[in-house]
Amino acid sequence: MSRASQLTEQVLDLVGDRAEAEVVASTGNLALTRFANSFIHQNVAEVGEAVSLRVAVDGRVASAKTTTTGSETLAAFVDGALETAALQPVDEDWPGLAPPRAVPDVVHADDATYDASPQARAAIVKDFVDSGPGMLAAGYCQTEGRSIAFANSAGQAAEGRQTNAIVDGIHQTATSAGTGHAASAAIGDLDGAVIGRIAAQRAIDSATPFDAKPGEYEVILAPEAVGTIAIFLAFYGFNGKMLEEGQSFVDLGTKQFDERFRFWDDVTDPRALGVPFDTEGTPKRRLELVEDGVTRAVAHNRKTAKKAGVEPNGNNVPGAEGWGPIPTNLFIGGGDKTVGDLIADVERGIYVSTFNYCRILDPKTMVVTGLTRNGTFMIENGRITDAVTNMRFTQSFVDALGDGKILGLGDDARFADSEFGPGITIVPTMHLGSWNFTGGAEG
Amino acid sequence: MFEYATAAVEGALAAGATYADARAVVSKQESIDVQNQAVRSLDRTEQAGIGVRALIGSSWGFFATADISRRSAAAAGERAAEIARASAIVPGDPIEFADVDVVRDTYETPFVEDPLTIPLSEKVDLLIGVTKTMQGVDGIAIATGNLTFYDTNKWFVSSQGHRIHQHLVESGGGFDATALGERESQRRSYPQSFGQYETGGYEVIRKWDFAANAGRVAEEAVALLTADELDERETDLILEGSQLALQIHESVGHAIELDRILGWEAAFAGTSHLQLPKLGSFRFGSDLMNITADATLPGALGTFGYDDEGTKAQRVPIVDHGTWVGVLSGRDSAAIAGLPPGGMVRGDGYNRLPMVRMTNVGLLPGDSSLDEIIADTKDGVYMATNRSWSIDDKRLNFQFGTEIAWEIKNGKRGRMLKNPTYTGIGPVFWGSLDRLAGDDEWIHWGTPNCGKGQPIQVAHTGHSAGPGRFKNVRVGVRG
Repeated sequence: MSRASQLTEQVLDLVGDRAEAEVVASTGNLALTRFANSFIHQNVAEVGEAVSLRVAVDGRVASAKTTTTGSETLAAFVDGALETAALQPVDEDWPGLAPPRAVPDVVHADDATYDASPQARAAIVKDFVDSGPGMLAAGYCQTEGRSIAFANSAGQAAEGRQTNAIVDGIHQTATSAGTGHAASAAIGDLDGAVIGRIAAQRAIDSATPFDAKPGEYEVILAPEAVGTIAIFLAFYGFNGKMLEEGQSFVDLGTKQFDERFRFWDDVTDPRALGVPFDTEGTPKRRLELVEDGVTRAVAHNRKTAKKAGVEPNGNNVPGAEGWGPIPTNLFIGGGDKTVGDLIADVERGIYVSTFNYCRILDPKTMVVTGLTRNGTFMIENGRITDAVTNMRFTQSFVDALGDGKILGLGDDARFADSEFGPGITIVPTMHLGSWNFTGGAEG
Repeated sequence: MFEYATAAVEGALAAGATYADARAVVSKQESIDVQNQAVRSLDRTEQAGIGVRALIGSSWGFFATADISRRSAAAAGERAAEIARASAIVPGDPIEFADVDVVRDTYETPFVEDPLTIPLSEKVDLLIGVTKTMQGVDGIAIATGNLTFYDTNKWFVSSQGHRIHQHLVESGGGFDATALGERESQRRSYPQSFGQYETGGYEVIRKWDFAANAGRVAEEAVALLTADELDERETDLILEGSQLALQIHESVGHAIELDRILGWEAAFAGTSHLQLPKLGSFRFGSDLMNITADATLPGALGTFGYDDEGTKAQRVPIVDHGTWVGVLSGRDSAAIAGLPPGGMVRGDGYNRLPMVRMTNVGLLPGDSSLDEIIADTKDGVYMATNRSWSIDDKRLNFQFGTEIAWEIKNGKRGRMLKNPTYTGIGPVFWGSLDRLAGDDEWIHWGTPNCGKGQPIQVAHTGHSAGPGRFKNVRVGVRG
């Protein structure tokens, strides 16, 4: 039995029959080697254990978390949670605990990543830095390994291991920057030199930018930009709590998007990261969010599912009481065109490598403002002609994907970084008919 | 706990570090969330552990463990040294440390009522009460309230002889009401979006008098549904204090971080439009723009005794009558810039590397008042309470949205306006500042959610501000 499972059993034993209880325990490590000005300037690692406990005493619910996991400390931790719950008003919407259910038999973990050394991360960084001679490199290489166990007093138990390895960085000239990114469960899949060369080439290509006139443009969005669209749609729209409260744009069963748009969540995909159950112990399964432009489902945890009268689909996350359930293994369906083919289809438009600092103005309309960053280019007559200085946009993400608006999809779906972080979205390059740029980044 | 931090430092030195420091940290957090008169969550979190930093040659290593024992702490020091050696695979220039006084001291946040000993029922009842009041207003669909309290003990030891214990107490919270229309949602918050946070005890919550403001906030949210949209144009813009505080945070506070200026944050948070050779001469704003970074302000959220490098909290001039004169720095970044260290390096918990963070970066007050500023405005708009914020990676181009605005015509506040936004370029915008309210309307606004670093860290920062007016600002930008 893993240490994480020992902890969940220990805590459940401490609760005994005093309450309904669910426990999540994790053990493991996180290490991140960070570089800037072409040298490693921050290099960190941590090991630790954490226990989260939620108890319900006759519908009175309280939660507690701790990183201190000695036996005496855990006993006090459990008693504290129970005492807190007893003081609570009854939660009329308490959905009860997840029943015993098998979880999908998928493991996204790699031993070499779990045990990755600082030397291994530094070697990847060195390859990235060396791939851009004469340029300033900045970014990071991360490895993470965790064992996660869940158990509740209703008899549900699950356990999983997960790892991730990420390299992400930029190369900079005096006037520009270009970005590269890769993520996987296995550090062996990362090639710092390949990612570094992509970043370096983007920086070189965008070294002499001009200020494009604001306005509506066709756009080719690279996977990082599409990844940000995906996570904004998921967080603010395909979210059972936002829908129940009337704050989501989602209208189930309605064709809200272009028919080329396919959007789903699937932890069972071999490319995905994470464990196949959520923090309530509910098994995850493939969830079709949008099929051929038609909105089909939203993410649920036990509480939102109960209110909606549907089954929970395994998307509870820490903090979901506030912002709701969020799908975290997102995919957007790709097409059969190369990036070159997509660019060739554009008479006049803009290629965007990444978005930056995006913020929502209204979740119901999904109007978002943000900027482009690390490689923005003008496209004319089917080819990239010039680099463009960063631009600000104010655009509804739903409208941008509306009927007839998706003009092409790339064959290059991959893990893309996003505004909410890496390891969440696997998406392709996308050709959209219109994007509203409202100004240049420097006035 | 000093003995464990000391063991960590000794472990790093024994493994070859030329400098090491360590923090043993025990932090408690209590957070209560209520929505529509029901407790949405009640969380208590306790984190404890040791983080140790080791310097070997030109390279740093950092390691953290939640296992608090002498043996584990010493091993953590050794691991930090090992990581520093790995950093030397891609080495930088030699690192110098600006000198600071070696201190043995204690510091405690002044507070009246320990927030963690206030009965839970009192806190829950307060939030249930304000959400009930807000729900009593026709048209309010969602009424939420939150209280969060932080109690942090830190024991800092360095190989140079520092030995500092700090006990920091922070309290805050707020509430908001959301009204839903056919294809829009409108929200009003109090005291500001995400709540108001300060150093201090439960007296902070009592001071803000939640109950007296719940009804007004809800009525404004409903009224926004039928308000006119703000048209896109250039006009005089009056900002309410909390929005001006966020404007300072985003367009000044981050721009003056020395690690950003030196390129250390280039890939993630970004760099800065400010260049060190222009320190002392760059015009950041109008003569009315006087900004300090002051970690000694009583009650402000970014107040402490010492930073996480053992440097004493201090007040540093940042902008003097519109001229950029100062930065936020730590011991290594200050040495590179040839400046005295500002004592602005902090880590988010035991397991995060201390880095340059804002303290209390705020404006000094002017001599006017909101009423006088409105009376002096022929044609303009008054915006209050942040709703959205976005700014580029050099901290130049910003676009902010606020929850609410009012038209100003011929010196009088007129019709309510919804979905207000404004956009600009930092130094141009600050150059247009021409009126500032005075001491009576000055507040140390607190920002409890400043994200920076990888792995991500959240810092608590303060920003003193009151209402101010900016000339000829582009407003009403929409998609």
